[in-house]
Amino acid sequence: MAESDLTVTLSRPSDVAFARQAAMQAMTSIGASAIKKTKFVTAVSEIARNAIVYGHGGRISFEIVGNGSQRSVVAECTDRGPGIADVNQALKDGFSTGKGLGLGLSGARRLVDRFKITSSSDTGTTVILECACR
Amino acid sequence: MEASVGTTPIVTITGCVIVAIRDDLDDHDILALQDQLVEEVSRKNAVGVIIDIGSLEIVDTFAGRMLGAMAQMARMMNARTVVVGMRPAVAMTLVELGMTLEGVETALNADRAINLILGERN
Repeated sequence: MAESDLTVTLSRPSDVAFARQAAMQAMTSIGASAIKKTKFVTAVSEIARNAIVYGHGGRISFEIVGNGSQRSVVAECTDRGPGIADVNQALKDGFSTGKGLGLGLSGARRLVDRFKITSSSDTGTTVILECACR
Repeated sequence: MEASVGTTPIVTITGCVIVAIRDDLDDHDILALQDQLVEEVSRKNAVGVIIDIGSLEIVDTFAGRMLGAMAQMARMMNARTVVVGMRPAVAMTLVELGMTLEGVETALNADRAINLILGERN
């Protein structure tokens, strides 16, 4: 299992590409379909970028859970940022406090099988993304 | 992998600026490419821009926004932008993201994109 566990540090914008590579690697290792891979890696890209741009950096780790055809990849992304004041508002399409499109967070939620976000001004923001292989 | 300084090769054929985006450009590379393309359109008086994204396994909101911005900038310089080679999984993902790439034209391949661009001019 240790082999499949992977953590990527998110500090510079170019680290988003490393997070994508790790996500792709994890999805490939569980034999995910092309569409599942693309959806998950895209979601990871959005969340990792948010952690760098809005969250002062952090890290994202990948874990493979389940077995056989039930396997899935779980990504946990934690940042050191100020937290999100209103998570429900942040999850609405088109809402952005920055100069983005406001589609990243809401879009990422639609792309994965499980999405969980917790945020506070003390602990920063943590996003969990899970995607099954089929 | 260093923050790659390597530029993406761009060619201009019959007034069409053609670029094949290589896989996994980071955000910085994407913005650099956008600058390069705009420069090339101006320098060559191009009538079209063809962006081949066939090697891209994912297009996120950042890359999608660059494609949209590129199309707008090219239009202001009287050039048409056509994106070619989009993978089915990428198309499905973009729609779910809510990025429909308004104003960006697509074609199956570069041949068709050239016909599309030059056909209108002739």
